[in-house]
Amino acid sequence: MFNGWVVRLFLVLFTALLVVSCGKQNKQAFYNSGIIYCSESNPVTFNPQLDTSSTTSDASSHQLYDRLLDFDPDSGRIVPSLASSWLVTNDGLTYVFQLRKDVAFHSTAYFTPSRTFNADDVIFSLDRWRLRSHPYHYVSGGRYPYFESLGLAQNIASVERVNGYRIEITLKRRDSSFLSNLATDFAVILSEEYASQLAEDGTPSKIDQLPIGTGPFKFVSYRKDHFIKYARHNQYWRLINDNTPETFADNESQNVAVNSTQQDETTLANSIEDASNTSVKQLVFDITPRSSLRLAKLITGECDATAFPAQTELEVIRTRDDLVLAEKPGLNIGFWAFNTQRPPFDNPDVRHALAAAIDKNTLLEAVYFDSATRAKTLLPAASWAFQNDADDTAYNPVLARKLLSDSGVKPGFSMTIWAMPVERAYNPNAHKMAELIQRYLRDVGIDATIVSYDWTTFRRHLQEGLHDSVLIGWSADNGDPDNFYRPLLSCGAIPSGTNRAMWCNKDYDELLNKALQTDNIDERNAIYQQVNRLLYERLPLVPIAHAYRYQAYRKDLENMTINPFGGVRFGGVEKTL
Amino acid sequence: MIQILIRYSTLLFLTLLVLAFMSFSLAYLFPGDPLENLTGLVPQNEMQREALTRQFKLDGPYLIQFFHYVENMLAGNWGYSFTSGLPLREEVGIALPATIELATYAMLMALFIGIPLGYYAGMRCYSTSDHVINSTSITTYSFPVFWFALLLILIFSLQLDSAPLSGRISLLYDIEPITGFIIVDILLSELANKPLALKDAFSHLALPTLAIGAITTASMIRITRRSVIDVKHRPYIAAAVSRGLSSWQIFFRHILRNALLPILPLMAIQITTLITNAMIVETLFSWPGIGNWLIQAIYQRDYPALRVGMMAVSTVVITLTILVDLFNRLIDPSREKYERATV
Repeated sequence: MFNGWVVRLFLVLFTALLVVSCGKQNKQAFYNSGIIYCSESNPVTFNPQLDTSSTTSDASSHQLYDRLLDFDPDSGRIVPSLASSWLVTNDGLTYVFQLRKDVAFHSTAYFTPSRTFNADDVIFSLDRWRLRSHPYHYVSGGRYPYFESLGLAQNIASVERVNGYRIEITLKRRDSSFLSNLATDFAVILSEEYASQLAEDGTPSKIDQLPIGTGPFKFVSYRKDHFIKYARHNQYWRLINDNTPETFADNESQNVAVNSTQQDETTLANSIEDASNTSVKQLVFDITPRSSLRLAKLITGECDATAFPAQTELEVIRTRDDLVLAEKPGLNIGFWAFNTQRPPFDNPDVRHALAAAIDKNTLLEAVYFDSATRAKTLLPAASWAFQNDADDTAYNPVLARKLLSDSGVKPGFSMTIWAMPVERAYNPNAHKMAELIQRYLRDVGIDATIVSYDWTTFRRHLQEGLHDSVLIGWSADNGDPDNFYRPLLSCGAIPSGTNRAMWCNKDYDELLNKALQTDNIDERNAIYQQVNRLLYERLPLVPIAHAYRYQAYRKDLENMTINPFGGVRFGGVEKTL
Repeated sequence: MIQILIRYSTLLFLTLLVLAFMSFSLAYLFPGDPLENLTGLVPQNEMQREALTRQFKLDGPYLIQFFHYVENMLAGNWGYSFTSGLPLREEVGIALPATIELATYAMLMALFIGIPLGYYAGMRCYSTSDHVINSTSITTYSFPVFWFALLLILIFSLQLDSAPLSGRISLLYDIEPITGFIIVDILLSELANKPLALKDAFSHLALPTLAIGAITTASMIRITRRSVIDVKHRPYIAAAVSRGLSSWQIFFRHILRNALLPILPLMAIQITTLITNAMIVETLFSWPGIGNWLIQAIYQRDYPALRVGMMAVSTVVITLTILVDLFNRLIDPSREKYERATV
């Protein structure tokens, strides 16, 4: 009896082994059919309107949804998405969007759409965050942080349906960054049909937990701390080539500027061709909070791409042949701001002296390990208004000493440098940077002390203006220059606590407002060059670095690009083992 | 026979009752509101609080509360997790089988490798091969399990790239948890490429099983070897030798079964070590088992999860231990004279 049992067991094991060892081609086809992305945390919701954290927008914005407009990842210009073209009236107050036809929403186990995308979906998506009276406004909390921070809802006078595929938005004040805001990760388009069905069922909050969108992937399942699974959206409009975008007829555009450029349409058509023969059938987010484990999984091939590789791991990724480390200057700025309301920092000469006392290149090497570019102005190279030939301060301790003595600052003068207590991409180690600056300042006869509190207290004290100078930074949400200049240095930003230099300059504010009054990019560029000149002269802050954004992935992934304007995108990515 | 069964079931019942009481008292011992700790639900207003208090009979005396608690546990109404908001029964239902699966394979490895090697070493005791086996097993036995697991990860996953380092199966496979045992679930599933999925699951299983199994195997070798040597020195073996039986005859007729008897009760002790080791190794291999789950619960102060997790793990350990002991008691005639059940 014993023997018979053993023999049977061996037979079973042997057959199992045989079965297991065959089917090599199968294997490749199967593993090519899905992409695994090691993400860093759990999304709060699957609707990016409700949350500004990058985890949420990574998991939803570009996977599940589309926006009316998109940013081109290379040029940063606005390109058509669900809106195939748009018109802006000359006064800059009325925007008319022509919507794409035959765009299918996801068909899933919990919802089957009966119609394609149309104007009602756009109105629903905008009105949800815009109108407090909207039935969906208070579903899932009623906070829409991105739109609230920009005061966008207050500036929109009306959103109206012209016909089934045309929408008219009227603003109260001119705002040339309006289109950029519609292209951010947060301005996604939801399904109105799904919403009304949920309202009938009495379960409206499902709209943010079991999402329906028009994006390249549809939601399948989510297990907290474990995974999010998506399946390919077979009717994705970029996959189906035959919808020719509607454009405005000539007679309509007599007194308006037509903004849909021919070139954008052709690049878009190329990307459609690329996507039509995609083999990727599913996308999985493997939620792995530990950065070292994400790297290990990337090395063993359990992940095809990972989020946020740590600075210390970058070298490991670079030295491996099977991994790719893509880097791009991010939309951020790390700077050293002076409290311009406290003497002697209210004197531009003193600020210039301090700027000349430090060597920015050394700071870049020591703090960013060369994972950043030197900043001349507030804007990084990824922004369309980036000015390559802008003036920059240079390391010159002799000049610094001269300027200081001319403005009556005696040797042995003491000041504080506030170093923020948290790590951010734009400044991974503010304390270390503060120590280096401390040493440079000692060379010019200034005695600096480093101050730090916990993050909440730190920000509160900064807002009260208790600092002499502070090392901090800013990450923007879209490529529009106004998203840097206005919150960082305008007079209005002092009470809201983003103007760390406490600097208020009428000319500066006027220039910024003037730039928003025009839609002509060259004109705006010219104005921002004046702004840069003004900032260089007054120097309320010393721009230090624009940190790179990193994305690590395996060589098997094709068409993987970093999106400098927000969340990761997997639409159109291919895998070949 | 029936008497023995009754004794053992009484023992099991009483132990579980004590455990249930301990887990119930945890709701009061943990910081925070006992109602929240017990249900995992945070009442939004006073109305809800009152309704929940009445539903869980928390307004009555402790004994009634406890009685009601046991009733709820038996009905599968274990409360909800603070962090995920899912029913705990569902969560444990996914996590616990994963741990048992890992422990089972490790145990099988220990039985099929450890016992034969132990016999071999015991039969050839104090020879070179015995010394090799014995010293290897002592070395392995003294490895800390997490260190050994990390070593395996470093060598096989990161250097040789021959085995994955996390999870039970590639996330690309969609396996419906029916039994909770991944291999069985794959066989039961409607998957088109089962062989591929099986291979993937085996490669995920290999390292954690090896890490846990190696230590249990080592102790199995040592126990078996000791037992064989003991039996070999019995007078009846000397008698058999003097009767002129061949060494094979002596082995099969006298040593094999007699040496096995003392191993069984020691196996029962191994179960506890095995499950504890499995829980440690899980966290290293991100194996979605109960150990990993409990660690997360500790980090996130998920008191309902801790309470239920402790209950579930100890129930499994105690039930298994008592069952092995009962089995041992039933097949071992030499223990006839003991009347009382022991653990």
